Amino acid sequence: MDILDILLSASFWAAAIRIASPLIFATMGELICERAGVLNLGIEGIMVAGAFAGWIAVWAGLPLWGGVAVAMLVGMGFGLIHSILSVPFGLSQHVVGVGLTLLATALTFYTYRVVLPEVSSPPKIQAFQVYEVPFLSELPLIGPALFSQTPLTYAAFILAGLTAYVLYRTPLGLAVRAAGENPSAVAAQGLSVTAVRMGAVIVGSGFMAVGGAFLTMSAFDSFFFDMVNGRGWICIALVVFGAWRPGKALLGAVLFAAFDAFQIRLQQTPIGAVLPYQVFLMMPYFLSILALVVMSRRAEVPAALMVAFNKGER
Amino acid sequence: MRLEPIANPTAARRFGLPALAVGTTFVIAAVLAMIAGADPFSVFGLIIHGAMGSKFALLETLNRATPLIFTGLAVAVAFRAKLWNIGAEAQLYAGAVIAVVLGTGALAWPSGVLLPVMAVCAMLAGALVLLVPALLKTRLGVDEVVTTLLFNFIFLLFVSYLLEGPLKDPMGMGWPKSSRLIPDARLPRLVDGLRLHWGFALALLSALAVWVINTRTTFGYEMRAVGQNVEAARFAGIPVTVVILKTALLSGGLAALAGFSEVAGLKGSLTLDLSPGFGYTGIVVAMLALLHPIGVVAAALFVAAIFVGADSMSRAAGVPTYLADIMLASALLLMVLAILLTKFRVRRD
Repeated sequence: MDILDILLSASFWAAAIRIASPLIFATMGELICERAGVLNLGIEGIMVAGAFAGWIAVWAGLPLWGGVAVAMLVGMGFGLIHSILSVPFGLSQHVVGVGLTLLATALTFYTYRVVLPEVSSPPKIQAFQVYEVPFLSELPLIGPALFSQTPLTYAAFILAGLTAYVLYRTPLGLAVRAAGENPSAVAAQGLSVTAVRMGAVIVGSGFMAVGGAFLTMSAFDSFFFDMVNGRGWICIALVVFGAWRPGKALLGAVLFAAFDAFQIRLQQTPIGAVLPYQVFLMMPYFLSILALVVMSRRAEVPAALMVAFNKGER
Repeated sequence: MRLEPIANPTAARRFGLPALAVGTTFVIAAVLAMIAGADPFSVFGLIIHGAMGSKFALLETLNRATPLIFTGLAVAVAFRAKLWNIGAEAQLYAGAVIAVVLGTGALAWPSGVLLPVMAVCAMLAGALVLLVPALLKTRLGVDEVVTTLLFNFIFLLFVSYLLEGPLKDPMGMGWPKSSRLIPDARLPRLVDGLRLHWGFALALLSALAVWVINTRTTFGYEMRAVGQNVEAARFAGIPVTVVILKTALLSGGLAALAGFSEVAGLKGSLTLDLSPGFGYTGIVVAMLALLHPIGVVAAALFVAAIFVGADSMSRAAGVPTYLADIMLASALLLMVLAILLTKFRVRRD
């Protein structure tokens, strides 16, 4: 297969959008946290917990959207833990985040073994099916790519739009952005910086968990231990790449996913036969580092990111 | 609520709160063990017995503590200077790769020469692995947390490539595994007949060395100053960038010794499952030790005991071994909170 053939095939773009979906959920979640001034390194563990929670809830008999809600609630629970430690207590966001990732991952694996002690391979669920949007899905190229996806993928794109709308067009969004830029100004308005930041971390963590749940409930139909595999860390890079803006971050996620879909297909070409497969698997991580390096010079970092706010302190 | 500094914390506060954090961890573990259908007291009994109930168990705990002392020191050194090295896992594998490259027959030197050369080269490799994210931080302001994390994935894939390609054992029946080290490249046992190798002694020496660096050298003072207040350190004329880079070299080198010691001391060859997350557990060890090098030794022994004990408890009581990971993660989070509360009082508005 020729490289041009890959780029012009509808299945390639459909795969790119599918791969982008969990990243979009988690990237929006992280972006909300960071715009409010909190770096949430719990993302990797929260995605693991969300992937498991949504899947096990459906396995236990809940409808698919019920599973998504369970994943979201679990994510919000971990977000609550993170926000209590990082916001009112102002503990190091690096340490709290890494600790939360370890905790969420360990709790997930523990629960898995308690609930399913005797299984060698995890049970499957009836995952989200493709919903073809009437008329639009018949368009050439973009039809199969954008409008023949599962409902959760549509939800990811809606979430990106909603995040942008709330952040830039509502008083709530203004409060969130101000909490990340100039928390004293938020306090001067009589608002609680603590409440705004905690709320952002809790809601953002909920979206990260839904991103994880996409993997077990839409991309696949089962849960595996190393399923998230660094996607959370990649999303942190995507937030930086997107300069903390939902639109650019969405674009970054799709570009990144397109590259990922491309390297999978490239492995099947003559080039793939020459290079060891590990080189292809490394590419997403290299690309993330590259994105961080390229964007580091001109990124407009929220001024109060990682700065704890203690009222009355100047 | 807001936080108010305490001028002179009482001894009860300074020692009681961390003790309470550890106590709460055990309560959480007890509840989780009950959820899994086991009696919590018998679970703790089995963990303690499994970790130090016999000579074999005790040696196993010391063996498990060895790499954790190295990675714990690596993290402690870096965090003290506020260099967030989450990449000890990659640096560990760098050390392990060097041990295999030099120790499988490439250098036919007597062990008295070969082993120090291997250790030094391993340290250099680990240092280089961390130097890249450190340079990205000092030159371009790229957050090292994310880059060191991403490097873990990259380096593990690189090791996977090496084990299926250049370093693959031709006699390995197709398994991704390196050849075995030659006898002269193996760390000898500390005491004949006991399954404990010189890596453990090297770990203790490293802790001592870090303590000396921290307390008796200008470099140690500079690392502390940079960690406490970068601006003040710069104002005082400390070359901040150089200090951060030197810290990175030291931290990466220490983490690499974990890989060297595991390959040359314990395993004798390199596989992809050499480290069950020693790099990440090193963060817990360092935080529990309050970043103090001698404390790292104690914390590593504690953490290793919980892991080894949980393994044997899991076989006997049927409670998943991940209980150990939960205990350590909660201990980490509760401990940082407890330490904060020894210095600050919570006031209602």
